[in-house]
Amino acid sequence: MIRMALWLLGALLLGGIVHLATVLLLPRLASQDAYARVSAIAPLNSVVPIPPPTPDSAVMPFMDPAFAMSVCRYDLSRGSLKFSVPISQAYTSVSFYTRSDVAYYAINDRAAGRRVIELDLMTPAQRADLPENEDVTRADRLIVTSPTTTGLIVIRALTPEAGWIPAARNALAAARCRPQ
Amino acid sequence: MLALAVAAVIGLGTTWMALTRGTAYGGVTIGAWTAWPKNGTAGIDPYARAMVARTGELPVGSGDGVAFYARTDNSGEGLDGRCDVLVSGITPQARFWTLTLYDPEGHLVANSVQRQGFTSQEIVRKSDGSFDVIVGPRVRPGNWLPTGGIEKYQLVLRLYDTPIGMATRGGTEAPMPSINRVSCQ
Repeated sequence: MIRMALWLLGALLLGGIVHLATVLLLPRLASQDAYARVSAIAPLNSVVPIPPPTPDSAVMPFMDPAFAMSVCRYDLSRGSLKFSVPISQAYTSVSFYTRSDVAYYAINDRAAGRRVIELDLMTPAQRADLPENEDVTRADRLIVTSPTTTGLIVIRALTPEAGWIPAARNALAAARCRPQ
Repeated sequence: MLALAVAAVIGLGTTWMALTRGTAYGGVTIGAWTAWPKNGTAGIDPYARAMVARTGELPVGSGDGVAFYARTDNSGEGLDGRCDVLVSGITPQARFWTLTLYDPEGHLVANSVQRQGFTSQEIVRKSDGSFDVIVGPRVRPGNWLPTGGIEKYQLVLRLYDTPIGMATRGGTEAPMPSINRVSCQ
């Protein structure tokens, strides 16, 4: 009887360990996560439009069809990146995701407060290496540090009505992300 | 040996259940709607991370907006695309919002008029600023969101540039539209 109980307890404990391990490892092992899906259509360090979602095909699930979307798949291993996008008429946002699809930073046109959202993206080490001159401490220079060397910048422009789609696409087409 | 097999079944089974049933922590529930504002930050919990990796979606960043999901109506009944459902009321404060219909896997649903949702700008409101959306399989006057007749669907209400977020607790302070079944075939 006791042997049976111990056996059950052992199985439960092991099961718990398997459960935790799979939950924690899944983000690293997933082959069809958002980063992998975007990698199939986006070369490194350039802005690429994402085709709008339709019932038959979508790059990712749960995409908002009211937005035009572009993406920059970045790699900071050779140095930091300069990013800029002109804001469209309705609503523009820029979201940053790590290699494992964690949204670590997002900014919208109103928070940026200008006609263009402009920023530097770098790793914590690259930021630490920045010379401490006036240029760096200038208040209007926005620096974003990425927790991972690779990741995604997702640029989204709202098209509140169908007629706004060309304007939103134009704004996104002018987005740039390039190594410095 | 048998113990190992049982352990593997328990472990993988509970992982699968946790990731497919949507039991992430830190949800903010208002009526039939639930949002996970933390999923749009670096503080996302391991279960939500695993879920996001499995589905392949990108969560809405918290500096961008917040997404509320509804799989049931206000009485807890699952949303059925063969029924007429009334989504009615007002939304919390936001610069823009979008209401979108997806199948359970997050795909858009095909229909005769190619409408997958509404934005705050195109929706027709009543004189007091509130709105009614009829979600159903057959053409309706007014704001009609077609279901394509699929059995199960979910609604996602995304608020952009909104003060609603992590500080918000579930309850009455943030008004969300009610979801009620009108009739069924």
